[in-house]
Amino acid sequence: MDVKVGIPRALFYYQYYPLWKTFFEELDAQVVLSEHTTAKILDEGIKSCVSEACLPVKIFYGHVMNIKDKVDYLFIPRFTSISKKEYICPKFGGLPDMIRNSIKGLPPLIDTEINLRKSKKNAIKAAMETGGFFTKDKRKIERAYKKALESYREFNEKIKQGALPSDILDRKLNVIKKSNEPELNILVIGHVYNLYDSFINMDLIDKLRKNGVKIMTIDMVEEDIARKNAGLLPKKMFWNFGSRAFGSVMNFLDKEDIDGIIYLMSFGCGVDSFVCDLIERRVRKTKDVPFIILTLDEHSGQAGMDTRLEAFIDMVRWRYRNENNVSAYG
Amino acid sequence: MKITFPHMGNTYIAVKALLDDIGAEYVIPPLNSKRSLELGTKYAPEMACLPLKINIGNYIEAYEKGADTILTAGGRGPCRFGYYCEMCREILNDNGYTMDVIVLEPPDVEIMKFIGKIRKLAGGLNIYHILKVIKNTTIVAQRVDELERLAFKIRPRELRKGSTDRIYEGFRRKVIDVKGSQEILKLVEDTKNQLLKLEIDKDARPLEIAIVGEIYTTIDSYTSFNIDSILGGMGVEVHRANTISGWIIEHILKAVVPFTKDKRYAEAAKPYLGTMIGGHAQETIGNTVLYAKDGFDGIIQIYPLTCMPEIVAESILPAVERDYNIPILTLIIDEMTGEAGYMTRIEAFVDLLRKRRERGEIAENLVLSGN
Repeated sequence: MDVKVGIPRALFYYQYYPLWKTFFEELDAQVVLSEHTTAKILDEGIKSCVSEACLPVKIFYGHVMNIKDKVDYLFIPRFTSISKKEYICPKFGGLPDMIRNSIKGLPPLIDTEINLRKSKKNAIKAAMETGGFFTKDKRKIERAYKKALESYREFNEKIKQGALPSDILDRKLNVIKKSNEPELNILVIGHVYNLYDSFINMDLIDKLRKNGVKIMTIDMVEEDIARKNAGLLPKKMFWNFGSRAFGSVMNFLDKEDIDGIIYLMSFGCGVDSFVCDLIERRVRKTKDVPFIILTLDEHSGQAGMDTRLEAFIDMVRWRYRNENNVSAYG
Repeated sequence: MKITFPHMGNTYIAVKALLDDIGAEYVIPPLNSKRSLELGTKYAPEMACLPLKINIGNYIEAYEKGADTILTAGGRGPCRFGYYCEMCREILNDNGYTMDVIVLEPPDVEIMKFIGKIRKLAGGLNIYHILKVIKNTTIVAQRVDELERLAFKIRPRELRKGSTDRIYEGFRRKVIDVKGSQEILKLVEDTKNQLLKLEIDKDARPLEIAIVGEIYTTIDSYTSFNIDSILGGMGVEVHRANTISGWIIEHILKAVVPFTKDKRYAEAAKPYLGTMIGGHAQETIGNTVLYAKDGFDGIIQIYPLTCMPEIVAESILPAVERDYNIPILTLIIDEMTGEAGYMTRIEAFVDLLRKRRERGEIAENLVLSGN
């Protein structure tokens, strides 16, 4: 029987799943995903996690609870850094320890450290270590890693062309009825795990699309362009998300024709609290673009979210209508 | 150029010694108060951590007193502190408080660059002189920490309640008017002697509580609602691993002077948290283990709301609590924290520890009499 590796459908699943899936399958392991986020998963997560943690982490706990009894291994890598001289949120670095010390009855964790802060070569090291759980054949692991990188590249390629990770991962067909209004270009900024988990953000993506919005994300900007723009900051931004988000927004402000910006953040997110503020200040100074911050936590109500979203889109559309009108007051 | 710097507990004493000795012109912001916090809360992002808000309040209050340059430390992540300097620059500029920011960046810095920055402040002192100033600053920080530790020891044992606080708080006010590291050291020495002269109960065996957590909220007495003195007043001896001198050495001086840091905490934290994840998470876990092994009665963890590293630590602490059978209380502070609720929790915790100790002693005596 194949070894079953469990991957919680949360946090970096939305960024790396194609890579992980191919890698494990090439090593003859069976990949088991937790279910799509539901209210039950959220509830279980809230119960097992400290209340101060942010919503995505609580949901991650819920997914671990959902899957832990069905698999032989749980894949919860320790993400310290995913790019040179940059970090990600410290909670990712402590995630396996947080899980291990607060949930009982876990299968063995694969908690390889992924730290590319000093050198990109550490990625292959992490792959070898992870592969070691399944086979002693180093050549096989190398081959699997190569293939995994290949499918990861394809995945990123599609994103650069405008597909959203949730479209690719969930294989959703785009059958949403378009509205009759002219299409709006709206930049939606946020961590992958907030943007593409439709339960967390209460169907933000679909709601926007139904309202005739073409969604742009920071992942659509080439990495080196984003990095070059992030260099505008007087001090190097040391969070991967921060420098990518800031750089991409600057790129959009420069080149693209965007009608509005939505910043989706989770309550208590340390990285967002600074990055969002920096971006908002920069946007307001450089361009006349509507900017809205939507904050998510486990108490968020659908209605409030819908109201704010609708009001925002209405406002953006009114700006266009009024532009062509002559004021009645002469 | 009139320099100012943010408050964090007694840091101002060490920075004052440094700036006095190099002969720079500076403004010490008014000690942390409700006003500093309110000013900061008004301008800082809502979800930023508390220290940033207080820092911004400090800068604005110093600006009102004529300061135009900020001297602060930097960092390279992943804790938010490393980006404080930029956030402050942006926020202050956007609100019409135009100030320069000089950042002393620790680890990546080369010695000469660092000395160059100090030199810029000092206006042409030679390197020998600068190194001497740095050494004296470190000594001041260490002496002030020793004085604080002495106050921790005497407070629960004093016979006349409040006498330690009177002397210690007096010192914190008086030191502002004293100039230069030598005079500060003399004042520290005098205060120490005053404290030693206090009448104390020599046989007292106070409860021992260790404070761990994020450095700003544990060290800064305004932010922690004077937790040292509250606990001391309840007859509890306080210990704290985070110190000003430790912080200054780690964040500013490590690049210049070869200090070896006590890394025992990292070893102790290993079974629970394998790597450094930024901030003080590893210290919090490791020190909790060490204190538990030393037989402390209880641990209090303090951190500002949304502090990323300490949330990780808080998730792990229950495991330490279970393994070492030691009570741990977590206190989270933000601008909305009410003093009454905070006090109630501390009082309840101390009561619990006291009962626990009594019960332990009774059990011990029973065993003895049974023998």
